Amino acid sequence: MERENMIQRNEMQVEFDANSVNERFARVTAAAFVAQLNPTMDEVEDIKTAVSEAVTNAIIHGYDQSTGKVRMSCRLEGSQIHIIVEDWGKGIEDVALAKQPFYTTRPELERSGMGFAFMEAFMDDVQVESEVGKGTRITMNKRLGNVWEQV
Amino acid sequence: MEYNYKLENGCLTIGMPRELDHHCASQLRAEADLLISSYAVNKLIFDFSGTEFMDSSGIGVLIGRCKNMNYAGGRVEAKNLNERIQKIFVVSGLHKLIEIHNEEA
Repeated sequence: MERENMIQRNEMQVEFDANSVNERFARVTAAAFVAQLNPTMDEVEDIKTAVSEAVTNAIIHGYDQSTGKVRMSCRLEGSQIHIIVEDWGKGIEDVALAKQPFYTTRPELERSGMGFAFMEAFMDDVQVESEVGKGTRITMNKRLGNVWEQV
Repeated sequence: MEYNYKLENGCLTIGMPRELDHHCASQLRAEADLLISSYAVNKLIFDFSGTEFMDSSGIGVLIGRCKNMNYAGGRVEAKNLNERIQKIFVVSGLHKLIEIHNEEA
């Protein structure tokens, strides 16, 4: 009945251990889910890179050496993709500082400090919500160019 | 692992993994550093011909090896970057630190 205003929606969610082998699992899964929108190769690679950054952050910084879960939720809405990566780890004390290019709390691991810069470079917008001792939630959105708006 | 190394007249070429992320970073780092410190390497070449994915964890590995080579007065190059890896180099500014040589097939 409300066909004219209907936007195609689809959602999925996966939860996995904070283990570095799952960085690949997460980005490949996100790419497979987005494939239904017929994105360009470049768009797929942008999404994979951003997911990899967010999940790596959760594993290295959220949980450090400890075990825990990471949840990735993807929602497609018309030509928009929304991705949420959450952890229940130690949280970020100063989000503004953490987002600064080249800033890292783990130089001994040779972290480049470019994680957030990469997410922001490859997605349209990135929001970070974090509470020390509770965890971090990263929300990233991207509009895909060559997708028809289903109206 | 999937890396391979070639050492020729002080020039070390490292075949980079298919997907260069945090998961493979520590092993790659350890193996590269062992070779650099064991042999008199004066030139280090990262060969990306087999690499399809790289994120900022890969940048960290490359910058770290650059620093080690620069202390020893050596040179660092990267070759055979596909379009995507080239984009990652440019976004991160790595192309200003590492010379890129793409051999046209």
